[in-house]
Amino acid sequence: MVETYLVPLLKIAVLLNAVLVAVTYMVLLERKVIAWVQVRLGPMRVGPYGVLQPIADALKLMLKEDITPARADRFVFTLAPIVSMVPALIAFAVIPFDDEVTLFGYKLSLVVADVNVGLLYVVATTSISVYGIILAGYASNSKFPLLAGLRASAQLISYEVAVTMMLVSIVVTAGTLSMVGIVKAQLDAHLWFVFIQPVAFVILFIGGLAETNRAPFDLPEAEQELTGGFHTEYSGMRFALFFLAEYANMIVVSAVATTLFFGGWLRPFPNVAPLAFLDLVPGWIWFLMKTFVFLYIFIWIRATLPRYRYDQLMRLGWKVLIPLAIANLVVSGILKVLL
Amino acid sequence: MFDTNELVINMGPQHPSTHGVLRVVLRLDGERVIEAKVVIGYLHRGIEKLCEHRDWGQIVLITDRMDYVAAASNNLGYCETVEKLMSLEVPPRAQYIRTILAELQRIASHCLWLGTHAMDIGAMTVFLYAFRERELILDLFEEYCGARLTYNAMRIGGLPLDIPPRWDAKVRAFCDILDTKVDEYEELLTHNRIWLERTRGVGVIGAAEAIAIGLSGPALRGSAVPRDIRKDEPYAAYADFAFDVPIGDAGDTYDRYLVRIEEFRQSTRIIRQALDGLPEGPILGKVPRLIKPPAGETYHAIESPKGELGYFIVSDGKSNVPYRFRVRPPSFCNLQALPRLVKGHLVADVVALIGSIDIVLGEVDR
Repeated sequence: MVETYLVPLLKIAVLLNAVLVAVTYMVLLERKVIAWVQVRLGPMRVGPYGVLQPIADALKLMLKEDITPARADRFVFTLAPIVSMVPALIAFAVIPFDDEVTLFGYKLSLVVADVNVGLLYVVATTSISVYGIILAGYASNSKFPLLAGLRASAQLISYEVAVTMMLVSIVVTAGTLSMVGIVKAQLDAHLWFVFIQPVAFVILFIGGLAETNRAPFDLPEAEQELTGGFHTEYSGMRFALFFLAEYANMIVVSAVATTLFFGGWLRPFPNVAPLAFLDLVPGWIWFLMKTFVFLYIFIWIRATLPRYRYDQLMRLGWKVLIPLAIANLVVSGILKVLL
Repeated sequence: MFDTNELVINMGPQHPSTHGVLRVVLRLDGERVIEAKVVIGYLHRGIEKLCEHRDWGQIVLITDRMDYVAAASNNLGYCETVEKLMSLEVPPRAQYIRTILAELQRIASHCLWLGTHAMDIGAMTVFLYAFRERELILDLFEEYCGARLTYNAMRIGGLPLDIPPRWDAKVRAFCDILDTKVDEYEELLTHNRIWLERTRGVGVIGAAEAIAIGLSGPALRGSAVPRDIRKDEPYAAYADFAFDVPIGDAGDTYDRYLVRIEEFRQSTRIIRQALDGLPEGPILGKVPRLIKPPAGETYHAIESPKGELGYFIVSDGKSNVPYRFRVRPPSFCNLQALPRLVKGHLVADVVALIGSIDIVLGEVDR
């Protein structure tokens, strides 16, 4: 009873809350980091150094009037933010934060569900997210969101293929689809997979930027062109859900990249005995630190680069990334068979 | 088989990237622009008519409100036109200071252009960097005349104020700062692959067509026409200084960008020369107490940051107001090129092109 229901439920509750808090603080982190890049201070008024800003933002968004445009498709309009948010949250289920830890004499694995097709599950859930954007664009019954919805669907098709192909390369290298298994395979290989599959990592990262609609691929919400894109007609909590979904997706992509390429919870050089003192830092801290580095890079890129144009993004996807991805997959397959 | 519909969208007058209250009606096929129609007039204040009811000295202050990001250039154009009408002699010290002010103004205006143009293309950090430098210029202007946006900095026949003590040293220090900062902007944009892809080959306009449409300023020079009024028909003290007129070759958004970036450097060069050779003497010429130009008409143009800013003024010689006051605003004439430039490009390019021709709606509508 405790084993089958209570423990997983507790894990889910803790994880959900942790993720939501992390997401709101991601917003603050982004504002702060971009402000520092731009020689500003960022939020400073709510709490010391603005640390309570996320709470103020959340309150404001909850109290805002929730407007549905008169000619919108009401059902889909309400559904869209949910479709956007939920997959981003459930994708966390298979991400292993640490190996088994002992808590009050009870062995606990820090992953909600170590399913044997974990990677496939991640691919499946993260691709649903974008439907939220497409639906929002359609349901708003407004021209700018419609254009954004079209852009989002084009973007999804262009990048999903390359990213999935790269995940297959990883599966070829690791020989398993389980997220925990992939981390353990890196322990056995004595090497993080980023050194074995560098091309895959680069493509996955670019694809990750595109899939999460982050700069320089933030076309569906290009404020300067489409006045906010798909969420132009949204307000209040529904808008907040889109916002949270974007940041949750960023965390998912960072966590997945950490797990697949940077050894998840493993410390650097996990098999080198003289570095054993690094084990004093628990695995989940390593995991969070690695994930944080990715999140920082996401923000850094946003502060630095201009935005791609829609046709250029498609060209990059179809003419560069997909051929490269196929080549990489074929080469890894051949090497795997030969070695 | 497919039912293709054209989509008509309204960009503006409340749109984040139309630089004010410009309205562009776009006919789209997918994201491709078939036709763009520019609708203006949302900021029309009747400035030309207003000027026909104010006496000559008061008009300086109204000209501030046209191109409000380059108020000193507007002042300069107007004052020189009236001086030409009255055949007034302006003392050399005033000419030099006017030149310094106009060049500082050019830098400030280009900073604003660079920031918003980069922002439109998605590079938001450049915006804040450019505004940081613009702020320094506004501080210099504030120290000179007390105002930060609408300066009312010039008088017919000279200047109302001499430069404050040690102001020239501050201007020099600013020029040194700016030169390093321009390199910083270039580092972020000039060789950035995304920036190149977004601006190269976008909105190409050839030299002949650019002239026919009436483009002027950096937008014209981007199309390889070396026309710069500062060089061709020198006014103020420009004849005394050595400076280059940068031109592009392809006539696309990238060339117009490069031209303006180079103008930053040429402006600091001019300012330094002007500070070095700043003559002593009065700052206001022999101006009659009551300004009443003789009957006649004149047209005089200066190179404002955005292009040829011309004033056509008719005086009847009797009343103390102009009989006719007409402005040839560079933004208005350059805006004519927009429908031609955006045709066949994508929605994302429309905002890039609006930024690239550098318009200010206060000047378009007047």
